[in-house]
Amino acid sequence: MSQPIRVLLAKVGLDGHDRGVKIVARALRDAGMDVIYTGLHRSPEEVVTAAVQEDVDVLGVSLLSGVQMTVFPKIFDLLRTNGADDMIVVAGGVMPDEDVVNLKKMGVSEVLLQDTPPQLIIDTLTCLVEERGAR
Amino acid sequence: MGVYLPSVELIARVQRGEPAAIGRLISRAESGMAEARDALARIHKLAGRAHVVGMTGVPGSGKSTLVSQLAQRLRAGGDKLGIIAIDPSSPYSGGSILGDRIRMSDLSADPGVYIRSMATHGATGGMARAALEAVDILDAAGFGVIILETVGVGQDEVEIVRASHTTVVVSAPGLGDEVQAIKAGLLEIADIHVVSKCDRGDANRTLTDLKQMLTLGIHEQAPSDWAVPVIGTSSVSGEGLDELLGAIARHRDLASDTDAGRARRKSIAEFRLRKTAENLLYDRFNAATAAASAKLAEQLMRRESDPYSLAEELLSTTLEGEGDHERDVHSKSA
Ligand code: B12
Ligand SMILES: Nc1nc2c(ncn2[C@@H]2O[C@H](COP(=O)(O)OP(=O)(O)OP(=O)(O)O)[C@@H](O)[C@H]2O)c(=O)[nH]1
Ligand SMILES: [Mg+2]
Repeated sequence: MSQPIRVLLAKVGLDGHDRGVKIVARALRDAGMDVIYTGLHRSPEEVVTAAVQEDVDVLGVSLLSGVQMTVFPKIFDLLRTNGADDMIVVAGGVMPDEDVVNLKKMGVSEVLLQDTPPQLIIDTLTCLVEERGAR
Repeated sequence: MGVYLPSVELIARVQRGEPAAIGRLISRAESGMAEARDALARIHKLAGRAHVVGMTGVPGSGKSTLVSQLAQRLRAGGDKLGIIAIDPSSPYSGGSILGDRIRMSDLSADPGVYIRSMATHGATGGMARAALEAVDILDAAGFGVIILETVGVGQDEVEIVRASHTTVVVSAPGLGDEVQAIKAGLLEIADIHVVSKCDRGDANRTLTDLKQMLTLGIHEQAPSDWAVPVIGTSSVSGEGLDELLGAIARHRDLASDTDAGRARRKSIAEFRLRKTAENLLYDRFNAATAAASAKLAEQLMRRESDPYSLAEELLSTTLEGEGDHERDVHSKSA
């Protein structure tokens, strides 16, 4: 019996762009995943608390406000202090190339920016979870 | 958590209330994996203290918002609170968007509230398969009150009443002429009725209708000490929330040490036993018949035999399979 992949989609801070994240939520649901969306304006603490309680396979953060380089370090810190450092973290939205490079160094597994076809997002998450294996 | 931790090693951490361990053990319970059985058995022994409140009602009636409001008030009283919010899976993709949590975001900074969203994954009855295991896990982790929010859409969808100590049915005004609880067959199952969204003008009518329905004697239960209250609430103004909490507390006290309470706990246990057996049977049936059913379906399609005869044959392969399994076990121990 294989369980559907569980994903938490989060919007952090003042960023009010939610079109993309809602499209992603539907695409993942239609691909058979269980999706929990935090809604807008959450803090990193709230997002990590939710991700840990829900024990999601993937924490996906959508950011179009330019604050990725302050948000992701906090998220990784909080995941560590919660003993949840095996969680797969991905990012989406709008951000410059150099940030993408640094985010990946920090531990973000994939960054999927504007115009990524939904199917590619589905395939990427499926792959990441398969690679991780049982938990 | 890094490396794979055996489920039994999570128990002590669950008892200490570590969120990551609680979350992981619930996931293992949801997966139905055999590896988690021992751990869940021990958790079941540790549990049994929490008060389980079921919250149901037609979609959009305001359940999640209400749970969030109640939770904030309960927290002010010091109770640690678990919430299990169940939403239906899409019948097409099997996936889901679990939307209850977003209505509870006022709670999201409080470590004394543990919220877990679950999809039904094709289970009928409005409940997710592992919902009661999740209740045990939160119970063992010291959450004194556990609220189960389920989808309530029809008469078959009311397993919640057979799993919770106190069942609250939420109706909202303005979703049609009739009180929806009646349409959905939820009228009789309530220990407490709530009419939500009382900040709206049309709520009074729904309240009166509901009260009338209840006094009309449609409600054919054995007479008891408990008169089902009908409470108007508003998650906007806060109206009725303390009254509802009071009613929940009274119902808990009344049911804790009385014959009615014992009967309820026994029927919960019986339900759980049967449901678990049913799930096991279902899984074994599926596993045992997967190969044979294609062949038999072929015969049915060609009308070489009839549905009943072939179904009996399919069943007998399952039962034989079970028998073989037993023999295996015996011959090994011999
Ligand atoms: C539409 C839009 C708006 C709408 C938003 C409506 C809404 N409810 O979403 C409105 C008009 C409200 C708006 C307002 C603003 N906007 Co605006 N907006 C845009 C615009 C034109 C398109 C965004 C969009 O919806 N794209 C379509 C969706 C489908 O794409 P997407 O969100 O990128 O999502 C895709 C991927 O990124 C990915 N994805 C997204 N999330 C996730 C999550 C995960 C986990 C994964 C795996 C993938 C993933 O999947 C999606 C499908 O491929 C962009 C320009 C652009 N090129 O992006 C600017 C843009 C994002 N906005 C911008 C700005 C500055 C603003 C304002 C500050 C403007 C102002 N001065 O008032 C305000 C801020 C509002 C706020 N509170 O946040 C800037 C941001 C600059 C930056 N990041 O440094 C942009 C980039 C425009 C620009 N070039 O300057 N905006
Ligand atoms: N006016 C008013 N609106 C409310 C109240 N409570 C909830 N709502 C609104 O009703 C809608 C549904 O609320 P939810 O709490 O999501 O309802 P639900 O019963 O949990 O819904 P499902 O889980 O989808 O079945 C939301 O738009 C809420 O804002 C209330 O007391 N007053
Ligand atoms: Mg809800």
